[in-house]
Amino acid sequence: MSDFATLADITGHPDGWDTYDADRQPRMGFFTDTSICIGCKACEVACKEWNVVPEDGLVWTGESYDNTSALGANSWRHVAFIEQRKPLRGEEDGDDALRWLMSSDVCKHCTHAACLDVCPTGSLIRTEYGTVVVQEDICNGCGYCVPACPFGVLDRRQLPRKQDDPPLALPLLGKREDGRVWKCTLCYDRLKGGHEPACAKACPTDSIQFGEVDELRERAKERVQKLEANGWNGARLYGDDPGDGVGGFGAFFLLLDEPEVYGLPPDPVVTTKDLPEMWTTTALAAAATVVVTALAFFGGRR
Amino acid sequence: MSESITGVGTEMQSYYGRPILKEPVWQPEIPTYFFTGGVAGACSLLHGFARVAGHERLAKTALYVGAAADVVSPALLVSDLGRPERFLNMLRVFKVSSPMSVGSWILFVSAGASATAAALEWLGMLRPVRWAAEAVSFAAGAPLTTYTGTLLADTAIPVWHDARKELPWLFGASAAASAGAATTILLPPGEAGPARRLAVAGVAAELGLMDAMERRLGFVGEVYKQDAAGKLARASKALTAAGGALLATRGRRSRSAAVAGGALVLAGELALRWSVFRAGFQSARDPRYTVIPQKQRKEREQSK
Repeated sequence: MSDFATLADITGHPDGWDTYDADRQPRMGFFTDTSICIGCKACEVACKEWNVVPEDGLVWTGESYDNTSALGANSWRHVAFIEQRKPLRGEEDGDDALRWLMSSDVCKHCTHAACLDVCPTGSLIRTEYGTVVVQEDICNGCGYCVPACPFGVLDRRQLPRKQDDPPLALPLLGKREDGRVWKCTLCYDRLKGGHEPACAKACPTDSIQFGEVDELRERAKERVQKLEANGWNGARLYGDDPGDGVGGFGAFFLLLDEPEVYGLPPDPVVTTKDLPEMWTTTALAAAATVVVTALAFFGGRR
Repeated sequence: MSESITGVGTEMQSYYGRPILKEPVWQPEIPTYFFTGGVAGACSLLHGFARVAGHERLAKTALYVGAAADVVSPALLVSDLGRPERFLNMLRVFKVSSPMSVGSWILFVSAGASATAAALEWLGMLRPVRWAAEAVSFAAGAPLTTYTGTLLADTAIPVWHDARKELPWLFGASAAASAGAATTILLPPGEAGPARRLAVAGVAAELGLMDAMERRLGFVGEVYKQDAAGKLARASKALTAAGGALLATRGRRSRSAAVAGGALVLAGELALRWSVFRAGFQSARDPRYTVIPQKQRKEREQSK
């Protein structure tokens, strides 16, 4: 069909990355090892500070230590807290077993990114580092990427207007302030300057590891083998497999339970994978509408 | 504690019952546009065939109704944008991978052509230009009726994505019914034959397709029985069935029956678009619809 799926399938590279030719950089990403996350939320804070992400409400959810709840336009790192009556290691089984899972979630920077595919303005782009970034000077807030993302990462930023905000360009139509979508950029600006992203820099335990994706995948394999050998309960990699429904994540994870326990989809698939089939259906249905309309003319004027 | 939820015999866990997907940020403008865009597209087809068949009164009515719907549609879409002043960015690129990009171009062409044709018809001038505009509007009309189905299907929302085989057909049928009903209302029964038959055929097809879609969706499709989507789906079925029956039985003889039947069909088709729209929100909100089918798929693949 079109270039978006086939190119990547042949090369195994993120869609669009190869177009950078000589300017192409190694594919960069995160390996978030949740087995050593201590839930300090330094990543959330560092991300907000560096990227000037606005405050979006202070609420107490009562859901363990998590008051961020989900990724969104104003939360690009989200630390999940899960309290379980399960042993951390296999041999520690008992009635009073307890473990506290913590995991810092982030945009997955998919190899085949649905948000990028469906963006009608070309605002979402693949960078030379193989990451996925919203160009905020292009985004017109159509919102298509929001339901297209299989992880629910993207959202539109809609903040109440303040008194000193500049007037809207089209006051009659502009109901909302900002109105664009926002998400993790993998600190594109810091990468350009040769620095690691703010969250990885701030992580005190190296739960968030930044580096070349190929190298991170190797490191993750070794780590999960080590945990398995030590009898850790449920250690697994999530998003490291280039053969999965999104071609592997640029930001992948080591989890200690099923993905859905952390609010992650168990088997995400890029929605545009089915687009060739969908366009065929669209064309057939359109043709049928033409035929039925023509047939309505048999039987005369009355 | 993480929540345990059971659905269709599959035990699943979730993160405090929170959704995995984001609900769309789209406002009421969008289902309204699905309706007006459908009217515009199918009216272009009705108009084209009416011209060829020499039904001048039907042709004119369909042209004006279609052009009006075609002009309202982009206004609705622009109003829904987070940054309406940047609406022209839609025409910055053409991307086959984005049904919204393809659709923006279809609508741009369709609205421009329909408005031009209607204006020239009204003024009675530049006949060759009008013909050209009519031909372009006819060509853009058919995809305009069905691409919106794929626009919804090309998302991660289970009740939309899993209905990718049905949604374009459903929206095409709904568009045909709406355009037929709108023109039937505005014409005396002696001139409205093709429009009335199109409305009845569209209603029949739409009711059948909706039923087939719900059945094939199974567990994921249960949102069409619940809350807002459920109410709207039931209302849509009752309204379109009543309107279609009235048009089929009495629409040929009685103008008032034709007007009433047409109005019922229009209301029913608008309710259908809203039902499908709301179903997506309900489907995104409940993590069961995201997790359970994915787990089942994974298990099937692993057992192979």
